[in-house]
Amino acid sequence: MSFDASSARGDLILTRITKEYGDFKAVDDLSLTIPKGSFFALLGPSGCGKTTTLRMIAGLEEPTVGSIHLGPTDITTTKPYQRPINTVFQNYALFPHLTIFENIAFGLRRRGIKDVDAEVNKVLNLVELPHLAGRKPTQLSGGQQQRIALARAIVNRPALLLLDEPLGALDLKLRRQMQIELKWIQKEVGLTFVHVTHDQEEAMTMADTIAVMNEGKIEQMGSPADLYDDPETAFVANFLGQSNLIKGTISGNDGDSLIADVFGQKISLPKNRSHAVDNSIYVGIRPEKFRISLLNTPVNGNVLTGGRIEDVSYIGVSTQYQVEMPWGQELMVFEQNDDGVAPFNKGDAVNISWAPVFTFALRGDEDVTAGSEVNPEVLDEE
Amino acid sequence: MGKIRTPYLLLLPGFGFLFVFFILPILNLAQTSTQTPVGGGDTGQYEQTFRFQNYIDAFVENKEQFGRSFVYALIATFLALAISYPLAYAIAFKSGKYKNFFLVLVVAPFFTSFLLRTVAWKQILGEEGFVVPTLRSVGIISDSTTLTSTAFAVVMGMTYNFLPFMTLPLFASIDRIDPRTLEASGDLYANGFTTFRKVTLPLSMPGVVAGTLLTFIPAAGDYVNAAILGSPNTKMIGNVIESRYFKIVDYPTAAALSFTLMAAILILVTVYIRKAGTEELV
Repeated sequence: MSFDASSARGDLILTRITKEYGDFKAVDDLSLTIPKGSFFALLGPSGCGKTTTLRMIAGLEEPTVGSIHLGPTDITTTKPYQRPINTVFQNYALFPHLTIFENIAFGLRRRGIKDVDAEVNKVLNLVELPHLAGRKPTQLSGGQQQRIALARAIVNRPALLLLDEPLGALDLKLRRQMQIELKWIQKEVGLTFVHVTHDQEEAMTMADTIAVMNEGKIEQMGSPADLYDDPETAFVANFLGQSNLIKGTISGNDGDSLIADVFGQKISLPKNRSHAVDNSIYVGIRPEKFRISLLNTPVNGNVLTGGRIEDVSYIGVSTQYQVEMPWGQELMVFEQNDDGVAPFNKGDAVNISWAPVFTFALRGDEDVTAGSEVNPEVLDEE
Repeated sequence: MGKIRTPYLLLLPGFGFLFVFFILPILNLAQTSTQTPVGGGDTGQYEQTFRFQNYIDAFVENKEQFGRSFVYALIATFLALAISYPLAYAIAFKSGKYKNFFLVLVVAPFFTSFLLRTVAWKQILGEEGFVVPTLRSVGIISDSTTLTSTAFAVVMGMTYNFLPFMTLPLFASIDRIDPRTLEASGDLYANGFTTFRKVTLPLSMPGVVAGTLLTFIPAAGDYVNAAILGSPNTKMIGNVIESRYFKIVDYPTAAALSFTLMAAILILVTVYIRKAGTEELV
């Protein structure tokens, strides 16, 4: 070693990283800065390159082109065991021949830390499993193994903690609980977490910043609220939650707003939420932002008339409608069941309205199905 | 009722076979081992006199061959382990889609008879083979040194013949290791050598124990390699038992030696398994 990378600290900077396997580009010219101390999520469907990116950060793969820096230190070709980076593996990868205590102590012993006992016990208390120190991994439940895998990584106080679909093998209820715990632990220990997941809800619950990946590139990056309220591409609009995307044309200008023509009806939308390059756009509205009203009821904001309710699904907290518009498109509408009014019926003639501020606009040449046909529940097999 | 009886019915052929071809011969061997020659009878005529002194006589007379058997078997086992471990590791982790092809290669020697392969080694190590002239020309051995009829040839033959018995259990054990645990070890600051010492080797211990037992036990009782590749100075206990049975027709001594060999192996194996602590391993 010409320098000591193991003490490197600071922001993680990926510069123009490309990873090729033969003709296939798993990661394509990706640049990314992950600020120190943040909880960062790489979100995307199977095969989008997020796991490959994580493995390059861990040192398990070497980029074909590009460089990785941790603060000022170049770690592009540094061996995994020389990086101050630890990983929580997808299926935990605990050492089956060692006790829980020795699993957690493994990294400390390799680094020649003096007070192994105190460090291990501290982190066992943090994950609330001090009574399992003497057990073997196979004697633990999935949720317990998950916490031990986390403890084994954070006990080393790495500059960066990588989490590779860490909750993928847990059932839904346990997953929700672990999401809250992980977030709490991240705040508690103050480490930088980089979390790879295909579960958009998981990413939104935990991360400060999410990078949505698709086909080896970053589609969009921002806070969960930014990504949800102001998606820049159809892929993000569909992969993160659901969206109604309606073909339209920009026909005018009104201060901070744009006026758009949607199949002969005028609506307005905020200028700063338009990502169009010309007059041809897709108008995007999230299903829960819509309000439904019967034809003669007066409404404010943007209105689209001529709808007919095609389908009603009552799901307790809300009612989901499919509304067919005069131009043949079916729009999704989620109405909260909080007003004591009986749901509308199938066949009712209705107007759809919403506050203009909730409107976003995408380029008119986008593929509106992008990101909607991928099944995010399929476990990542990259 | 039928459900309870079914397993026993299924075990019946196996038990029957073992009873006729294992239990009965063992009992027969046991009662032969304490017999003495019939006074004034023909060669090979013995009567039961419960002479347990047979065991002590047989052991004292052949303790040199006993010792040699265990030393040769031990060396062959170590050599086989040293050759097989990297081989099994490479097949398990590095051979990709050729994994099955390499496994077939490991087993391929079984397609030819054990005896023929041992005789072939005699050719390889003989004066006409390529090994001896090559070693002589580079000066590793002197012109008067031969390799056949030596302890070296016997141990080499045993190592070669029992290699698959070492490789296959090792492969099975190493192949079961989740490669992600090795990645995790590297992630947790262990370099390649430490990862091998702390993760790979402990996780492959069941294979090491099984492989060494499968090699050591038959090697300790082997007589073919010593008979074909050795000399009178490299006789092992198997050769003594063979000649007592078929040449000298001294059944009681042969039987006593067989039992002593079995007991010695049993004790060694028990101690070994205790030390290796296989029950600690998953």
